[in-house]
Amino acid sequence: MWPNKFDYVRAGSVDEALSSITDDGKFLAGGHSLLPVMKLRLDAPEQLVDIGRIPELQGISANGGLTIGAAATHDAIASSADVQAMCSALASACGQVGDQGVRNFGTLGGNIAHADPASDPPTVLVACGATVNIQGADGARSVGAEDFFVDLFETALDDGELITSVSLPNCSDCQCAYVKFPHPASRYAIVGVAVCLKMDGGTCAQADVAVGGATVKAVKCAGAEAALAGTTLDDAALNAAAEAVKSDIADWLAGDIAYPESYRQQMAGVFLKRAVAAAQG
Amino acid sequence: MTTRIFGSGIKRREDPRLITGEALYTDDIKLPGVLHMAVVRSPYAHANIVSIDSAAAEAMEGVVAVYTSDDIGDGLAGLPTAWLIPDSDLKTPEHPALAKGKVRYVGDGVAIVLADDRYRAQDAADAVVVEYEELPAVIDPEEAAQEGAPLIHDDVEGNIAFRWAPFDKEASDKVFADADVVVSERILQQRLLPTAMEPRSAMAQYNAATAELTLWCTSQNPHIHRFIISAVTGLNENKVRVIAPEVGGGFGSKIPCYPDEALVSWAAIKLGVPVKWTETRSENYLITIHGRDHVQHVDMAASSDGKILGVRATVYAGMGGYLSTAAPGIPTILHGLLYVGPYTIDSVYCESIGVMTNGTPTDAYRGAGRPEATFLLERMVDNVAREIGMDPAEVRRKNLIPAFEDGYEVAAGLSYDSGDYPAAFEKALGMAGYGDFRRQQKSAMAEGRHLGIGVTAYTEMCGLGPSQVAGAVGFQGGLWESATVRVTPTGKVQALIGASPHGQGSETTLAQIIADELGFPVDDIEVIHGDTTETPMGWGTYGSRTTPVTGAALAVASQKLKEKARVLAAHLMEANVDDIEYADGSFSVKGSPDQAQSIQDVALMAHLAWNMPEGMDPGFEESQFYDPPNFVYPFGTHIAIVEVDAETGEIELQRYIAVDDCGPQINPEIVAGQIHGGVVQGVAQALCEGAVYDENGQLLTGTMMDYCMPKADMFPNFELGETVTPSPHHPIGVKGVGETGTIASTPTVYNAVLDALAPLGVKQLDMPLTSAKVWSAIQDANGGGS
Ligand SMILES: Cc1cc2nc3c(=O)[nH]c(=O)nc-3n(C[C@H](O)[C@H](O)[C@H](O)COP(=O)(O)OP(=O)(O)OC[C@H]3O[C@@H](n4cnc5c(N)ncnc54)[C@H](O)[C@@H]3O)c2cc1C
Repeated sequence: MWPNKFDYVRAGSVDEALSSITDDGKFLAGGHSLLPVMKLRLDAPEQLVDIGRIPELQGISANGGLTIGAAATHDAIASSADVQAMCSALASACGQVGDQGVRNFGTLGGNIAHADPASDPPTVLVACGATVNIQGADGARSVGAEDFFVDLFETALDDGELITSVSLPNCSDCQCAYVKFPHPASRYAIVGVAVCLKMDGGTCAQADVAVGGATVKAVKCAGAEAALAGTTLDDAALNAAAEAVKSDIADWLAGDIAYPESYRQQMAGVFLKRAVAAAQG
Repeated sequence: MTTRIFGSGIKRREDPRLITGEALYTDDIKLPGVLHMAVVRSPYAHANIVSIDSAAAEAMEGVVAVYTSDDIGDGLAGLPTAWLIPDSDLKTPEHPALAKGKVRYVGDGVAIVLADDRYRAQDAADAVVVEYEELPAVIDPEEAAQEGAPLIHDDVEGNIAFRWAPFDKEASDKVFADADVVVSERILQQRLLPTAMEPRSAMAQYNAATAELTLWCTSQNPHIHRFIISAVTGLNENKVRVIAPEVGGGFGSKIPCYPDEALVSWAAIKLGVPVKWTETRSENYLITIHGRDHVQHVDMAASSDGKILGVRATVYAGMGGYLSTAAPGIPTILHGLLYVGPYTIDSVYCESIGVMTNGTPTDAYRGAGRPEATFLLERMVDNVAREIGMDPAEVRRKNLIPAFEDGYEVAAGLSYDSGDYPAAFEKALGMAGYGDFRRQQKSAMAEGRHLGIGVTAYTEMCGLGPSQVAGAVGFQGGLWESATVRVTPTGKVQALIGASPHGQGSETTLAQIIADELGFPVDDIEVIHGDTTETPMGWGTYGSRTTPVTGAALAVASQKLKEKARVLAAHLMEANVDDIEYADGSFSVKGSPDQAQSIQDVALMAHLAWNMPEGMDPGFEESQFYDPPNFVYPFGTHIAIVEVDAETGEIELQRYIAVDDCGPQINPEIVAGQIHGGVVQGVAQALCEGAVYDENGQLLTGTMMDYCMPKADMFPNFELGETVTPSPHHPIGVKGVGETGTIASTPTVYNAVLDALAPLGVKQLDMPLTSAKVWSAIQDANGGGS
């Protein structure tokens, strides 16, 4: 409720943001993850560099694939026709973040930089093979989403680096979905499953699957993908995939007092089936 | 004929200011030169304080002082426990405003910091260095009562603060020994966090010249706060003014007098400047009282054809680190006396053991003792039904007390005022389509879907209460209310009440009572409360008592005033009093209707006093003390229909039917609002709320990320019904309705879920019924659908 003292700088450009940030400083985007932890005094940056209004970080563009500015809000993403067309699972995930007030402020860049294990968007980014574009004092680099998320609240970002945008391939020819089992208290994900299916007639040519919420980070699930690929997504395939997904995430499980790891692991199987059904529906 | 506003669902007059944010809460009040208080709180549940070093904190910018209990010395007496239940060997351990040498729960205050700014106060509080020697902690009340448990207060042997068992044990044992059927269950009433929308706040100002202290605070009972603040500070009661401005909900949590209110008062006196403290939500969860926390061992005896013969329970009631203001009365007087419920049960026994633990102190939380009684009763009725293979609704029907209009003595010693339990019961069953549901349930099961139904018949004791009874059960106060109805010369009404509503809509309801009794338009009536200097004495708003008790005081005061008006009107119209007729705010003389005096005209003439009848005093104002001759006993039947998703363990509440009888309804919209809110709170206990501590006494559900508050989308539209059985002893027949929803709904939903789970082999689960628990239970019972 009563954060420690800090300085505040509003940056007008990416260059200004990168040159302003100090060792004990943090970027401030929507503030919906950072400010709560500061109010609880669990974090006490001495400086906030507000990047929320930098023009280069805004906007969503569709050009073969999608490029989403780091400061695009969850609401902007959920309601973007381009995102709905090219990656409906991401639109769905962003539309399920918190409530409308949270979606109006929270940004994609802030969400993935914070890397809360129960977040929704990272699961889709990992499933759909997104790329995170990063700018630092020493130049720009890009990291695949799977490598970007390292562990609980831990990413590949180095100190002082800024996420500028996230790129996604065009999945408009896939059947994709994000299905979430919301935690009754926080409404974050107990488990969230993203699937992206390339269908060839009645057969699944390729399946991309990721799980979040039940895990310390969004995890790509190769076992489940293999169980689905080449099948007609019949019950046997779904049951096999539901079993496989539990092994895929076994090393990364997360839980809390009310919804322990073992339960979430089982639910990943249930919600994988539901995600496949939603993708096909 | 007079048009009555009684029974009309007019809009709550409180809402415009609440909805637009114009209401003035304690924290909104700004005084020049105010200092902000931050409290250094124990991070340990149980520890000795080795040393406190405040030097660094004192040196910080803006910090005026840091105080510990040594600095306070005897400047503040310990906080009193004000419900001294008799025949229970009650121990009341000292509760100092700041810990003396030892902390007893996480959040126990150790030092206070006073600074010119709230942020700086918090910075300095973080800079106070306290060295602790950690001691083993105990949270579970049953464990804390066992030999070898860590001792929390040296003067409370075995951590047992009281042992209350007023019933005949031998007689009860005999009933159980002779019964065909005995069912038993260990029931956990988990700790709940009251979570009023407005956290607690207190600000004190002391005027050294007049030696007067003003305390603004979040209180449900400012007159009780004044009484206690006077006692702990040593100031005379007439030099203490307590003001409860707008109060944003309480649910019981703003009844007690807490250390924080005493500390701002002491600091304001000491420093001669105003001092303010407002808790954060995290602090609220740590230090504001919790509710429930019972471990109950319950048995019910029945005949094989479903007649309930007896109920008995041993209850370990967690009191937390100290005995809060009313704590001992909750699991005893407000609990064990309710074991008969609406049934013809001839034998009850309750042994309630109040146990000190290293949890946050507990006290009254909406329903206070009665939900815990209703739950165990209703749970056991379902267990009996299952045991003997009878439908649970049939068992209830068989045991309901038949209709009565004026008094019914029950084995627990109470005398219920009036009731027609079968009528409410049959009405609810009809609304639910109970028989059809049982058929639907069977066909759903054939499709692998798990539906369940829960039925609760309840009655409860509220409208607290006759003061003589309060005295007999050790309540350190009266339970009457007083009110003044004052009419201004221009014919507008101010009603001053001692009770202190805080969100219930009582300003509207009470104005409706006065409007009917006195004949003024409802919009010309203001109800004023919350300031001990402005309002007459009253014991506060809790126990569903404001409408029954304050409402009665206002009704009688209004009737007296109207009688004065009638006599004066007769005098002014030079008529005989017996010839005066009254309708819609106007007096006229029988047979000459053109001669009339409005009540406003009469009020003005009473103020002017130019022409008064012999012996009549001037002015137009009446005061009334009202001590209820008995409690009131609202009742009803609630029914829930749920579906359990066996794949995930999720519970969907599909229908909720509530038939409540609170006597004649003054404002049906407000009654519905109270029932809705109460049902939501009670369902939340069944399905999602629960405070959890780890083995070291750390609160794991310290924020709403983990502590699951109910949300609107968990609920269907409630289907409400009513029956109307007036209270025979009340001037206008009304009963309370503030707690009924909470009391009835927890077992209703719990029993519905267990009904759905029965075919899967699940017989018992601890609340809250999270999907993870339900799913695991299904797996364990080996009947899993996944
Ligand atoms: C009530 C509530 C409910 C919520 N529910 C959900 C939910 O259901 N699902 C969900 O996924 N999330 C949920 N969230 C979190 C929400 O998505 C946050 O908005 C988001 O996680 C953080 O975005 P932000 O823009 O607010 O970031 P900020 O809070 O401003 O920043 C978060 C962190 O990211 C860093 N950062 C921000 N932008 C950048 C950047 N461009 N480059 C590098 N570092 C950066 C900051 O320095 C900080 O460390 C909820 C939040 C709240 C308050």
